[in-house]
Amino acid sequence: MSFNTMKKDSSMNPIFNEMESRGGNVRGCYKAFFKWFSGESLPAIRKKQREAQEFFRLSGITFISGNSKQDQKKMDLIPFDFVPRIITSAEWDHVDRGVRQRTGAINAFLSDIYHDQEILKAKKIPVNLVAHNPAFLDKMIGMSPPGNIYTHIVGSDIVRTDPKTYFVLEDNARTPSGASYMLENREAMINLFPELFSRIKVKPVQDYTRQLLRTLVESAPHNKSKVVVCILTPGPFNSAYYEHAFLADQMGVELVEGSDLRVRDGRVHVRTINGFTPVDVIYRRIDDDYIDPLNFNSDSLLGVPGLFDVYRAGRVTIVNAPGTGIADDKSIYSYMPEIIQFYTGEKPILDNVPTWRCSEPDSLSYVLDNLDALVVKEVHGSGGYGMLIGPNSTKSMRKHFSERLKAKPEKYIAQPVLPLSTMPIFGGKDLTPRHVDLRPFSLMSPKEIFVTSGGLTRVALKKGSLVVNSSQGGGTKDTWVLEA
Amino acid sequence: MLGRTASGLFWLFRYLERMENTARLINAAQWMSLTRMNASDSDWLSVLNTVGAADAFAAQHKEVTKANVIDWLLRSSDYPSSLINCMNAVQFNGKSVRTAITEEVWEAINAGHIDLNAQLKTRVSESSLNALLSDVRDIVSLIQGMAHSTMLRNEIFQFMSIGTHIERTDCTLRLLDVKYYVLLPSVSPVGSVLDNVQWETILRSVSSLGGMKMTYGEQFSAPEIIDYLVLNGKMPRSLSYCLMKVSNSLRKLSTPGRRNTDSMMQAKHLANYYLSVPVDSIFEYGLHEFLQKLLVLNSELSDQIAKDYRFYD
Repeated sequence: MSFNTMKKDSSMNPIFNEMESRGGNVRGCYKAFFKWFSGESLPAIRKKQREAQEFFRLSGITFISGNSKQDQKKMDLIPFDFVPRIITSAEWDHVDRGVRQRTGAINAFLSDIYHDQEILKAKKIPVNLVAHNPAFLDKMIGMSPPGNIYTHIVGSDIVRTDPKTYFVLEDNARTPSGASYMLENREAMINLFPELFSRIKVKPVQDYTRQLLRTLVESAPHNKSKVVVCILTPGPFNSAYYEHAFLADQMGVELVEGSDLRVRDGRVHVRTINGFTPVDVIYRRIDDDYIDPLNFNSDSLLGVPGLFDVYRAGRVTIVNAPGTGIADDKSIYSYMPEIIQFYTGEKPILDNVPTWRCSEPDSLSYVLDNLDALVVKEVHGSGGYGMLIGPNSTKSMRKHFSERLKAKPEKYIAQPVLPLSTMPIFGGKDLTPRHVDLRPFSLMSPKEIFVTSGGLTRVALKKGSLVVNSSQGGGTKDTWVLEA
Repeated sequence: MLGRTASGLFWLFRYLERMENTARLINAAQWMSLTRMNASDSDWLSVLNTVGAADAFAAQHKEVTKANVIDWLLRSSDYPSSLINCMNAVQFNGKSVRTAITEEVWEAINAGHIDLNAQLKTRVSESSLNALLSDVRDIVSLIQGMAHSTMLRNEIFQFMSIGTHIERTDCTLRLLDVKYYVLLPSVSPVGSVLDNVQWETILRSVSSLGGMKMTYGEQFSAPEIIDYLVLNGKMPRSLSYCLMKVSNSLRKLSTPGRRNTDSMMQAKHLANYYLSVPVDSIFEYGLHEFLQKLLVLNSELSDQIAKDYRFYD
């Protein structure tokens, strides 16, 4: 069977298709894959696709889909597309350096903002933006986490608009998820297409969990020969529970719920069958607000009473540190170039998307006049909810949004619609382009920053759609970084 | 190992065992209803009594019919031990102890969960009942088989085994207690040959007709049935056997600093005082009273294990 044409996306031109060169040929790094693909029969490919579904169905990987109404939520599989995203070693080198730079700058920013606040004194960021920001955690002021690490795990969302240009859409510095999909996607691919991995040398991603464990151990409050690490999950009803269990399993650490932990004698202990034993490092997958009902949201049943007091006393490490949300806040985002410059003395390697802060009157009026061409996002929103994509919006949607904007301008930012690159997906018959983004994962310990060679490629499965979030019908792909 | 993990494993395997027993019970009752001339729907009341669900059933249904009882046992969302609820509890507990079980066990659980939920979406017709029950048996066997062939024989395994055998003890006791009057000497004097189809239900539902005949010959008496299901240490569903497995697991869980836990003492007491006796003395004690006493002791043992190993906060 042959595939002589890749479908062009006529709705938006010119869009960079990562598999295609300008002349319409298959790009170098995809040649080996495409040669293999062209030699496969349609029934064989379809069979593989069914096998892939079966692999994910059995493993139980799910997320919660449906709208935000509790009663309509259900567990679903995230669609997986087997056509890999392939990145050359040189391309990856650029992304890798950019991610390292950003991770380091974010950590330095957090350390500064909770201590001397030099960046505010230098007037690089308006004081108000920090002082009145709900993501700024007063309780962290003056607190130095072990090794001075705040963001042990960062997963920034990166998009590409042409062969040389990458933008960071947002920095996820709280509890980024998706690493388990990255690992499971690779495992599925190796099981389904072993011959591809014999022919094409792809950098492994499977060392992520080992590096994660090392990062956690190195971040322990004291030098100890035996560091006890656990993952704190909200429990099996949480949409990312699969990932929590997966990571705990891979690292060989306990997966605990709030009720398993208890503060005793100034330390956090875990309830085992033979009594209570102390814990050194807690990789929590619970939001700041819920980790400790005594210090934060008192309604929380998920957290551990007194946990934050032990943390402040330097007798347990919380990963990521509480209060990191101030660094990935959408209102701070627009200052990232200044932040990077301020702490590293370098220009950002990865670009920031030009951003209008609607809190500024001039920006607001520009945004209101150009709603049909912009993406408007809620400053505190996430998951692709509560946003307006101008070119895809109706007149009444824009009217509705402009009223919201005028009422609470400080709640919104706006950005141009980026021509996100596309990647082909297998549409059942042939290859057809869809927009993609990339979430690489970086790990930061007091000793080093580690970036996994690869990441999670998310793909909008609807034609022309720019929303890649799994909660809104996005799928995932395996991401290959080629050996040099 | 976390106390909560121990609890999750314990309940996972209790529900798995309960699922199997419910399936066996329906299978046996259906067999009886089809092979007896004078079978009636009211026989199904004793099935409900066996699983302790007669009241809950009556609250929702005006009359006991075979079709209603089977549907209730298979699919009722209100009855906590219906097949579907057992399967969901197995999957939920499996999920919460995901890190303690192997991928093979988890995938077997997950596949069974998906399969059974699809099959039990609508009422099961009489013509497909056998196929469904056989699927249930396969699902349970696959999970147990995977556990036996892939799990380390460490503390995790011990809690799985304890859950299985505590539940099995409970099931065997309930089964006997519902039909105890059939086995009383007044109904069939000691030494006479039992001629009542009802005991066949008991033996069928524990897959023991063959084993019984192998052990006691073609014709057997009431005390022999009790001996077999209560005292025979070779019969995998007998109380003696199950209690021996629980005791073995508790012993393997003991650590140098923790030798004689309360649950171990209780298990020992149970074995010495109630299961190391001649079968006649059970009849002297009163069969019903004996079974009731053991139901209570078994449930106390279960509670003590939960306490000793910190299942709950």
